[in-house]
Amino acid sequence: MTEESYPIAHPSYLVDTGKRKGIKAWLTTCDHKRIALLYLWSIMVFFIIGAILGETMRTELFRPGQQFYGPQTYNAIFTLHGLIMIFLIVIPGLTVVFGNFVMPIMIGANDVAFPRLNLFSWYLYILGAAVVVVSQFAGSGPPDTGWTFYAPYSTQTHTNVIAAVSGAFILGFSSILTGINFIVTIHRLRTPKMTFFKMPLLPWAVYATAWIQVLATPIIGITLLMIIGERVFRIGFFDPALGGDPILYQHLFWIYSHPAVYIMILPAMGVITEIIPTFSQRRIFGYKAIAFSSLAIAGVGYFVWGHHMFTSGMSKEAIWVFSLLTFLVAVPSAIKVFNWVTTMYKGSIDLKPPMLYAMAFIFLFTIGGLTGLVQGALATDIQVHDTSFIVAHFHYIIFGGVGFAFLGGLHYWYPKMFGRLYNIRTANIAWGFLFTGFNLLYFPQFVIGLEGMPRRYFDYLPQFTLSQQISTVGGYLLGIGLIIMIVNLFRKSGEKAPDNPWGGKTLEWQLPSPPPEENFSTPPNVSDFPYDYD
Amino acid sequence: MEHTEPDRDDIGAKLGMWVFIFTEILLFGGLFLVYAIMRHRYPEDFHLASRQLNTFIGALNTLVLLVSSMTVAMSISAVQKKDKRMATILLLITLLCAVIFLVNKYFEWGHKISLSLYPGSDLMMQLKHGYILFFSLYFFMTGLHLLHLIIGAIILGVALAKIRLGLINDQHYVLLENGGLYWHLVDLIWIFLFPLLYLIT
Repeated sequence: MTEESYPIAHPSYLVDTGKRKGIKAWLTTCDHKRIALLYLWSIMVFFIIGAILGETMRTELFRPGQQFYGPQTYNAIFTLHGLIMIFLIVIPGLTVVFGNFVMPIMIGANDVAFPRLNLFSWYLYILGAAVVVVSQFAGSGPPDTGWTFYAPYSTQTHTNVIAAVSGAFILGFSSILTGINFIVTIHRLRTPKMTFFKMPLLPWAVYATAWIQVLATPIIGITLLMIIGERVFRIGFFDPALGGDPILYQHLFWIYSHPAVYIMILPAMGVITEIIPTFSQRRIFGYKAIAFSSLAIAGVGYFVWGHHMFTSGMSKEAIWVFSLLTFLVAVPSAIKVFNWVTTMYKGSIDLKPPMLYAMAFIFLFTIGGLTGLVQGALATDIQVHDTSFIVAHFHYIIFGGVGFAFLGGLHYWYPKMFGRLYNIRTANIAWGFLFTGFNLLYFPQFVIGLEGMPRRYFDYLPQFTLSQQISTVGGYLLGIGLIIMIVNLFRKSGEKAPDNPWGGKTLEWQLPSPPPEENFSTPPNVSDFPYDYD
Repeated sequence: MEHTEPDRDDIGAKLGMWVFIFTEILLFGGLFLVYAIMRHRYPEDFHLASRQLNTFIGALNTLVLLVSSMTVAMSISAVQKKDKRMATILLLITLLCAVIFLVNKYFEWGHKISLSLYPGSDLMMQLKHGYILFFSLYFFMTGLHLLHLIIGAIILGVALAKIRLGLINDQHYVLLENGGLYWHLVDLIWIFLFPLLYLIT
């Protein structure tokens, strides 16, 4: 991974220049670029595990009845799949990888505001992940509650919930510290001439995300502590036998976990907003609308949590308000989609892999978003609640949206990160497998969900067999696509990347690929508008 | 790889602490929410259960924390005026206040536990729902507050050591300021906990 091609005065950040060498240098680094890669490797490893778990579930569902594992194992596997994918991958995901690697460069800074705290956040992340892993093997069996830890089941099941909950708590702490770090970075370290409205839009998205991380995560922290308190001390907050209320748990859980969806999707939108102007060679349309819609999503997204509980028992008035707010929060998302499409209009579109991922994002995210409104509407929600329609919806958002944006960002900044190019044709083929496999996998779940296929069941009625089999085949295609993509990116044969392979305008493309350890020796000059293509 | 020390930014460091304080307030906010809902549901029980708490000790602890907040703020001024001795004395008073608070809490909790008034006890399971929830909240909220108080005291202890070593001086005192900010947070949360738990009528 070392590139010796740059003058000794400015060696690439991948070259060890300090006293420590090799793995020790990486594990003690405070460089935001290296920390981004630490996160990238960890996330890749967890993602492969999570994906394999998902594939085993698809295999189990290939036929009705039990294939090779029973209901308890299935429950444990979807719980672990959810825990890994949500807490270890998509919640930190784009923020910690691209927020760390690109955001400081984009605002002309040499690092984040608190570099040591940044490294500490990564260690907390690894510690939290380790505790989640331990919860699977130590104690009284892997948790079977689903990633939501709904009370009263989570306070009564004999499985090892406490360890899993503690892991999630530690991961939340890591997320909070990253959020604080990025807020202060954006406020304090922008290069002198860069005002907020001259900032590229990824930093805007990261900024909005950081505020949600800071303002929502403490609520899940205290809620998870209450779960531990319930199990260890019988405090009774969620136990009706002691006067508590299980619905209260659902409220507290979703007060965080709905905003968490925006922690996932906002940086994804930020990445897409960077890719589209570059590969259309066109000014971004509606800069301020995109910037403000990020803040609007962060703000309104805080008040829509109740839509997860329309069927759990709420007053009519509350349901109406939550439904209205849910429809409102769709507006800023739609504004962004409108802006991306308008940016592409009359642009000279270059269909390189990052652009393919970005366009797939728009398509899949739009489907995911619109089916979300099906659940935001009160009557239809009763029909689709707890069916595989929900599974399809959130996979369209989380995988089709966040996941594809992550892969798009990876293909976009890969030359900058590693100083090498990947094989574009192979990347396109991998994208083809991913896109086809994804739709085959999840679209049938919409259909059988409407027909009444419940979620989280390891068995089903014979009439759903064909759709489930299409899904499973799609799952395998998706897996093949992932393998091709990973092999293509991480075999060390690509040619050296130029500094600006895609013709981007933001600051990171003015640096060498890979960038030197100190990004800017003098504060960079910035133009009036970050996307000056015309 | 040793990274070059970034330029010092005291305002940034304080901004970071303020944002962290927001998160702490929201952490307790979750508990205040549970408290509000449960008290609304069982107003009678909460009123009667809160009579079991010793208002005198609660008020004393409030006073102790207020004094300690004042001495922290004064120690920052002392550091700014290069009065190392005064800063040391003031911080020692603060830490002494923390210890007094802990001792009071020990006797208070010890008394409750000797009466079997703690979550999960056999007696507790026979009490009315509002009583159970009140004492659960009492231990959970004051316990979490106690944890924060101990963390705050450790930060101030580190600041004290650094003052003695000359690492915190009239030019570099942002750690002490941040420790002070955190200490005020600990104080402020108690100021809300005290009436909510001890003074229900």
